[in-house]
Amino acid sequence: MAETPSNNEYWSANIRLVTICMVVWAVVSFGFGILLRPVLAGISVGGTDLGFWFAQQGSILVFLAIIFFYAFRMNALDREHGVDEE
Amino acid sequence: MDQFTLNWIFIGGSFLIYIGIAVWARAGSTSEFYAAGRGIHPVTNGMATAADWMSAASFISMAGLIAFTGYDNSSFLMGWTGGYVLLALLLAPYLRKFGKFTVPEFIGDRFYSPTARLVAVICLIVCSVTYVIGQMTGVGVAFGRFLEVDNTTGLLIGACVVFAYAVFGGMKGVTYTQVAQYCVLIIAYTIPAIFISLQLTGNPIPALGLFSEHTASAQPLLERLDGLVQELGFAEYTGHHGSTLNMVLFTLSLMIGTAGLPHVIIRFFTVPRVADARWSAGWALVFIALLYLTAPAVGAMARLNLIDTIYPNGTTEAPLAYEDRPQWMQTWETTGLLTFEDANDDGLIQWYNAGSADFAATAEERGWEGSELIVNRDILVLANPEIANLPGWVIALVAAGGLAAALSTAAGLLLAISSSVSHDLIKGQLNPNISEKGELMSARVAMAIAIVVAVILGLNPPGFAAQTVALAFGLAAASIFPVLMMGIFSKRVNNKGAVAGMLAGLVVTLVYIFLHKGWLFIPGTNSFTDADPLLGPIKSTSFGAIGAMINFGVAYVVSNATDEPPQEIQELIESIRVPRGAGAAAADH
Repeated sequence: MAETPSNNEYWSANIRLVTICMVVWAVVSFGFGILLRPVLAGISVGGTDLGFWFAQQGSILVFLAIIFFYAFRMNALDREHGVDEE
Repeated sequence: MDQFTLNWIFIGGSFLIYIGIAVWARAGSTSEFYAAGRGIHPVTNGMATAADWMSAASFISMAGLIAFTGYDNSSFLMGWTGGYVLLALLLAPYLRKFGKFTVPEFIGDRFYSPTARLVAVICLIVCSVTYVIGQMTGVGVAFGRFLEVDNTTGLLIGACVVFAYAVFGGMKGVTYTQVAQYCVLIIAYTIPAIFISLQLTGNPIPALGLFSEHTASAQPLLERLDGLVQELGFAEYTGHHGSTLNMVLFTLSLMIGTAGLPHVIIRFFTVPRVADARWSAGWALVFIALLYLTAPAVGAMARLNLIDTIYPNGTTEAPLAYEDRPQWMQTWETTGLLTFEDANDDGLIQWYNAGSADFAATAEERGWEGSELIVNRDILVLANPEIANLPGWVIALVAAGGLAAALSTAAGLLLAISSSVSHDLIKGQLNPNISEKGELMSARVAMAIAIVVAVILGLNPPGFAAQTVALAFGLAAASIFPVLMMGIFSKRVNNKGAVAGMLAGLVVTLVYIFLHKGWLFIPGTNSFTDADPLLGPIKSTSFGAIGAMINFGVAYVVSNATDEPPQEIQELIESIRVPRGAGAAAADH
């Protein structure tokens, strides 16, 4: 397929979406779960702190939300740009 | 009915179901053998991916590792789920649009190079075989324990079962078998966890029970556990004790490795449409999360139950007498995975952290002369229902679940190996004119050879199952994932860059691992240990992330120093970036 302005717009919208999702992905796991845990130490959750919750459960729930959000947004983007499967 | 008979009924019954499904769904054509005719619904596919993905390492090993280490082993939880985000966002929809059967096929076409395809086949075989060895070891241990046969016999029985349905079923058989296996393994994992969570916290959902109040002490469960482990000189359960850098790199290695494992990627070739590939990754993670959200609760609660069993009157009072030990300890003692040695000859089981300098004074005061109980971390999940005094059928169910986890992953990996050998190596390079029947036959022969190799190496494994599995992840992270991602997101990376990147990532990671684990895993040939690694705190299990960075870096530099990819490749990349026109893939090309 030749490169068309519509494709470029579609692709850059996709890259923007992927970037946002990847930032959230990194912040909840490497951020809240590991590196920023001391910062979150004040917030207690069931006998421990919020960082522990993010490391053991929270990040997994956010990962799920990211994938479904991405799938939903991308399938909509496909239709908007007329590149969905007929 | 005794426990042994119950185990046989549950394990035998579940196997009959798997084999029955494999026979019922026998593959007829090559397309069905590899990719089930692309007729698999995203939810079904997600469930099969989950079974494929969750191996003996997730089911048997992970909760035990978390139980004995606590927070520091959260890497497993984040790493083995976070990889699905990478898969869903960066790989799955594009590989489905590309519409071929195997990972090396994509690499060969995108990098317009038979050499790149060959190198990809090598990377794939190295990762998959390493992974299968770990699984076969796990299968052997589990069969040995529950059928009360020795490890070797257990391994051979397991190999025959894997061979039967993987060879005769192909992908379609494996897909539906794996759906059945997922059901068995998730029920087996959650039922004992629900019972234990109810006993300890009154909350029927283990994931919530972990953060609830411990009924017996009226304290939050984790606070109670932190207190108990510290009273025995162990490190605080929820505390961070290891190297932060190593934890970040280890988590990252597991994530990238997940997205680079060929048997997981191959799953996304089997959905009908590109949009379904995106949903499918989400559904896979839903089914995986059911186990992964339960696992940290299983770990913490098992640790708590274990301490309460050994110190029935509290950690400051006398521990359990060896004479009075429960039945489950006796059963596991016979396997040699749980051992007691009465260091101070008082007939009591002292279990504490003998390595803690702070606790040494207390231990001496109490007349303790060393920790007397050694509990192998890998038995914790299997022994968990016995520790909590659950009924015999729950114990048998857990046995069937553990075997389902190990066998489903082994079968998926064998399929990935066989398709890359028959499709990429034989049809793609050696004999392009091979008939469909011949290709199918060579796939089955390749599978049989792979099983034999895995059994031979599994009889004398390079390490514990979990160590072998971690190695496979590091290798997948360093070799396969970076070129797949660059192949989609960069138009500049060319054939030379991809080949150089894959080789650099694979070789550097292999060397780093061999330096720590021994060359070809021969004991005593290692120059370093993971306790004192070559590069600061970076253990060999965490090196995959560095290997991946090397792969990216080398591919980028080499590509920019050489010619850019030809026009038709630029167009190919354009076409895989949009979903439109993603019909069923052609078997011939």
